[in-house]
Amino acid sequence: MYFKNMERIDSDMLEQVLKLVRNYDYNIYTKNDVLKTLNKDVADIEDLKVLLSPAATEFLNTVAHKAQYETRKHFGTNISLFTPLYISNYCENQCTYCGYNCKNNIHRGKLTIEEIEKEFIAISQTGLEDILILTGESRTASSVEYIGEAVKLAKKYFPSISIEIYPLNTDEYKYLSECGADFVCVYQETYNKENYKKLHLAGPKSVFEYRFYAQERAALAGMRGVSFGILFGLDDFRKDAFCAAAHAYLLQQKYPDVKAGFSAPRLRPYINEHKEENPHYVNEKQLFQALCAYRLFMPFSEITISTRERAGFRDNIIGVCATKISAGVKTSVGGHEDNAKGDEQFEISDPRSVSEIVETIKQRGLYPVFGNHIRL
Amino acid sequence: MEDTLIIKGHKLNSRFILGSGKYSLELIKAAIESAGAEIVTLALRRANTKTEYNILDFIPKTVTLLPNTSGARTAEEAVRIARLSRELGCGDFVKIEVIKDTKFLLPDNYETIKATEILAKEGFVVMPYMYPDLNVARDLANAGAATIMPLAAPIGSNLGLLTKHFIKIIIDEIKLPVIVDAGIGSPAQACEIMQEGAAAVMINTAIATAKNINEMAAAFKMAIEAGRKAYLAGLGRVLDFKAEASSPMIDFLEDK
Repeated sequence: MYFKNMERIDSDMLEQVLKLVRNYDYNIYTKNDVLKTLNKDVADIEDLKVLLSPAATEFLNTVAHKAQYETRKHFGTNISLFTPLYISNYCENQCTYCGYNCKNNIHRGKLTIEEIEKEFIAISQTGLEDILILTGESRTASSVEYIGEAVKLAKKYFPSISIEIYPLNTDEYKYLSECGADFVCVYQETYNKENYKKLHLAGPKSVFEYRFYAQERAALAGMRGVSFGILFGLDDFRKDAFCAAAHAYLLQQKYPDVKAGFSAPRLRPYINEHKEENPHYVNEKQLFQALCAYRLFMPFSEITISTRERAGFRDNIIGVCATKISAGVKTSVGGHEDNAKGDEQFEISDPRSVSEIVETIKQRGLYPVFGNHIRL
Repeated sequence: MEDTLIIKGHKLNSRFILGSGKYSLELIKAAIESAGAEIVTLALRRANTKTEYNILDFIPKTVTLLPNTSGARTAEEAVRIARLSRELGCGDFVKIEVIKDTKFLLPDNYETIKATEILAKEGFVVMPYMYPDLNVARDLANAGAATIMPLAAPIGSNLGLLTKHFIKIIIDEIKLPVIVDAGIGSPAQACEIMQEGAAAVMINTAIATAKNINEMAAAFKMAIEAGRKAYLAGLGRVLDFKAEASSPMIDFLEDK
């Protein structure tokens, strides 16, 4: 059920994705299917199914070589750098796995416009030119107008601005695009509708369908790019990764001028964590398999790797499948310039500074790119 | 024999245009030297940076910059990028790239013509990147383009001269210099299209993805020069053994 004021758009993309995944049984694929897929130049939806199957695990090294070849072909040696800035952590949702859950007793905070500017200046001084502005999902604490003011201010310091906030209606995305935002990140977390309900107990985020259509509304609003992602560890990652890729693919087919990218966070420690063993736990090998599948299926897409992963993992996947990496990350509210004003959403595993990340990129024969976007 | 490439009055000795999007900045400098390139393209979106990694600092002053409008989805956006480029001191040369397709990065010919018309009137040296269509090439020439830059294959693909015959039609029909841009994957292919009369070629990925960047840049330099020389020398005849000259076809002709 949509909440009041949630916009419905005329699209059947959700039905298409759900239909595709209903027919996806990853256990039917064999070694021969994998070899056939690896011999092809262009991977289609069927190949995506194969690449995400357990059968492909055995060929992960070959898959990695092929992924690196594609990444090099489309991105050269370029690795883009960015950093996230949380400007508010108030939230109206009850996501059972998230540190920002509105029932969690954490330190909440919201930056004033003056504080946001101080953070921007501090980040800008590290050389970064690409910023991701994040909020918890609360329309009352962090209104569209408040986010708009932050974006307008960010324009002074950053040629590229992305937002990762609660899903909006088309006219609201249009407003933020006019303010200066060009890229929108929305993560579906899981595409398993039943499980989604159990994980998202209350708040606007509990409306699966409204969230699903966020990228399409952003595209309709004229945003230049959108990104897709699941939270690895919430559900069956093979099916979820398949859905995210199919979602991105269908959007790219419908809006060929809109860049479609991926992000791939894994579930990390958080406040109120359930201590029992997670049946959906995703290990590094599996995460890497999914990222390589994204790369081979949509070789032209940006793939971002989060600081939730350890340095050794991140360093080895840039240039192979990932093309964008965060640096100098804080997941608390503010904290780049001043002390943090609110608690962290999750613990990070890679606290390295911008200059340390730059050095690592160079040591790997890759090239750090600070600015690769022009505001129009 | 002097053989210069003239683009809107600008004389160039090298027919090798180097793309810069895919390598590190230090390597660009080295490649310029090995390739003897006098024109280097760069995406304005990459040049518009405050950091120490500004591409402009790595390009020798003797080289002519050819800023491109990559990132533009419409003619209007391309025009805005070109104007910004001029404001930033990148000169009057501009390579128009209008791309609405994020998957294959194929150029939008229609929007490209519109942008060319506007920018040529504003005094830019307009070099439009296009899909090789003769009608579009004519429209670009009429709109004031300084050169025509048809693609050989999808950008970054190294697939070679997939559109060779259509490029040849444009070379034969359009009086402007025709510079082949995108898709050339080997020195042999560069040589081949130069032999056919291309005025210059643009190379990026083929060098950037080579094992030895400097050596590959040097190999392209030689291939381009060889192709040009062969074109100027005029290729020798090719014997066609398919026709059977021995079978009588003119016996019926009477002597009256």
